[in-house]
Amino acid sequence: MATPIISFKDYGFQYMAQAEPTLHHINLDIYPGEKVLIAGTSGSGKSTIGNCINGLIPFAYPGEKTGELLVDGKEADKSSIFELSHTVGTVLQDTDGQFIGLTVGEDIAFAAENDCVHQDEMKQIVNRVAELVDIEHHLEYAPHELSGGQKQRVSLAGVMVEEVKVLLFDEPLANLDPAAGRMTIELIDTVHERTGAAVVIIEHRLEDVLWRNMDRIVLMNEGRVVADMPTAKLLAGNFLMEHGIREPLYLTALRYAGVDIDEKIHPEHVERLTLTDTQKEMVRNWYQRQKTYIQGQDSKEELLRIESLDFGYTPQSRTLQNVSFTIHKGEMVSIVGRNGAGKSTLAKLICGFEQPSSGAIYMEGRNISGDTIKERAARIGYVMQNPNQMISKPMIWDEVEMALLQGNVPEAERKKRVEETLKVCGLYPFRNWPVSALSFGQKKRVTIASILVQRPQVIILDEPTAGQDYHHYTEIMEFLKELNGHGYTILMITHDMHLMLEYTPRAVVFSEGKMLADTTAAHVLNDPALVQAANLKETSLYTLSMACGIDEPQTFTECFIGYEQKEGR
Amino acid sequence: MAKAAILSYIKRDSLVHELTGTTKLIFFLAWSIASMVTYDTRVLICMLLMSAVIFKVSRIRVRDIRFVLGLAAVFLVMNNLFVYLFSPEYGVGLYGSRTVVLTIAGPYTITLQQLFYHLNMTMKVICVVPVALLFIACTDPSEFAASLASIGVSYRIGYSVSLALRYIPDVQREYHNISQAQQARGIDLSGKDKLFTRMKNSVAILLPLVLSSLNRIETISNAMELRGFGKNKKRTWYRLRKMKRNDWIAVAFVLAVLVIDLVVTFWDGSRYYNPFM
Repeated sequence: MATPIISFKDYGFQYMAQAEPTLHHINLDIYPGEKVLIAGTSGSGKSTIGNCINGLIPFAYPGEKTGELLVDGKEADKSSIFELSHTVGTVLQDTDGQFIGLTVGEDIAFAAENDCVHQDEMKQIVNRVAELVDIEHHLEYAPHELSGGQKQRVSLAGVMVEEVKVLLFDEPLANLDPAAGRMTIELIDTVHERTGAAVVIIEHRLEDVLWRNMDRIVLMNEGRVVADMPTAKLLAGNFLMEHGIREPLYLTALRYAGVDIDEKIHPEHVERLTLTDTQKEMVRNWYQRQKTYIQGQDSKEELLRIESLDFGYTPQSRTLQNVSFTIHKGEMVSIVGRNGAGKSTLAKLICGFEQPSSGAIYMEGRNISGDTIKERAARIGYVMQNPNQMISKPMIWDEVEMALLQGNVPEAERKKRVEETLKVCGLYPFRNWPVSALSFGQKKRVTIASILVQRPQVIILDEPTAGQDYHHYTEIMEFLKELNGHGYTILMITHDMHLMLEYTPRAVVFSEGKMLADTTAAHVLNDPALVQAANLKETSLYTLSMACGIDEPQTFTECFIGYEQKEGR
Repeated sequence: MAKAAILSYIKRDSLVHELTGTTKLIFFLAWSIASMVTYDTRVLICMLLMSAVIFKVSRIRVRDIRFVLGLAAVFLVMNNLFVYLFSPEYGVGLYGSRTVVLTIAGPYTITLQQLFYHLNMTMKVICVVPVALLFIACTDPSEFAASLASIGVSYRIGYSVSLALRYIPDVQREYHNISQAQQARGIDLSGKDKLFTRMKNSVAILLPLVLSSLNRIETISNAMELRGFGKNKKRTWYRLRKMKRNDWIAVAFVLAVLVIDLVVTFWDGSRYYNPFM
């Protein structure tokens, strides 16, 4: 066997600021040309492993290590971050934040500039690499003119300027819509074929990464490698659910149907599944049993009505065109569509941050178009994607109380409402804690609490679970479901197809400023035309049901979701 | 959302835009020195005419930069006002004669000499402002860092300028988003509240903005290090353009202006052209 390009030998690491080591006794070899997925929950140490490989540890984040890490045969911590960057190219999670140059060309050239490459040669390199990732026609573009997927191409090109032996991706799918995510995985695969570099992907969205073949999955938990085996073998076992990673939906569906998952059925990807006729029969039988449980939704009272809304940031542009739909009391609705489809703009119009050029918004039948932001805020709450962008007080209590203080609510009433809200949000025990002591998910709760305290009837959340692993995702979503149960109407802007399917019966689909559909979540994902137009991605359940000869994929999906909710996880 | 920045690169096709960043930087520096040094009215009039011509050539319209021009005008008026308030007789001392035009009160009289001094002072500023604004409005931000480096400034400093330019729109956008979300929580930044409340309220926006900017800095510095920034003493530039014929002409021109300026100004041993003698 060849010598590994990366080799951890009984490696351990402890960040300087932390009391406990983050990594324990890691033994892991990655060979030239391999494609490895490192999966694990937040805090499992998977990103730390990445930082060890590219040298951010120990050069940017000092700490203490035990054991040994060899990168291309050299001890990593005796090398330098610059030297390592010739071997390992890293694409960070934040596609926007790592865009250094003012234009695409400059950004790609960045590493070459630092290497003092002569300008003529540099231009050649930039052109060659840009072609490799299909961005050569955008060299003069500024970052804000690019889509998320394009920015990712630029980041990838930027590290490929060096002829690296390892390409390391830290959560490459976190900020992308489903279709862009899928294209990223395809791109990584193409680049892997063309360059032969080893590819290491750190990601918890397993099903999306497995859109293209991965040789091996390394599963991390609490700083240890808990499984390191070929993809098929790992999927056949029960490792993923045990360690808080969601397994691909089609596998879960197969398990529900009682099908044994082993390497023989090729569980790596739904397109390659080879089910025997008996197994297909089992899926069909399960479907027939479940189908009877499906029941219709009862109609409800109208709460929010959007009527032929038009809007553009400039007089020429039309960010939203003729949007109309109605939200009923107590509903939980997803707003989906590609990045830049106008979803966030819609939320801004509803909250009154921007004024529509024509059309109207009604709340319980009353036209609220003339209401100020403040007046609307009493009935419509808006929660931003990143809690750090909302929290402005160091203490939890103060943060939640803030809106009430602004509204001159008397003290006794204030106290009562803050306490109530904190209890609903499960934050009451932490009421006197500083915000900084909380995890991301808890901070999200604080921001939701700070909105709930104003007792709005509708809450609009922008990407409530972006970048969260399955555990935190479930935590946030179950909490929202609970709120929904308390009678709050919830609108969510999301890219997450699982979220849409599992938690919101209804979805409104946008593409390029137009409303394409307003239908059930299951229907959205089982309509190939809609999926393509809105840059979404059909679920693997669709493919599975087709493969098993069930020609009602939508009902199949609904059965699956219904079964999951009934059986609990 | 894309509000026009107060002063930024304005892309047009013009002779001025075609010049390299380095040329424009040298031009700007030499031009500023020339107009700062001299109080010679004849030289200033020539330079004033030339900067008007350059402005015309650049195809930047007054309307594009009217905000900054307005700001400059306010400062100019203030400057004149204070100079007069603190030393109303300065011109008299300079030019060695005193021709009273009008007496206001106490020591405040208006003399021809003082008026002439103010005229010169104002002309100096008017000479520099268009060239300075053009330097910013006609230089592709991508070339800033490279042109600073090419005249010997450390590339680290040059790059921080360039990064700031890269992130200004992002931070503006973020500020906008944060302030909207905070307004929805009852934080009012419009003029209705008292000044103190407004200041207190702006903290509610600045704190999250600062924290998220710090995060941004961490990401960007990691990204830069991972791609070898700071490895060598020097670096090359993707966007540095070679000096062409026009660049050399422009540099030669501005240096000639500077030399003539110095010669004419100091020929008679004084920086001041004195029509009163």
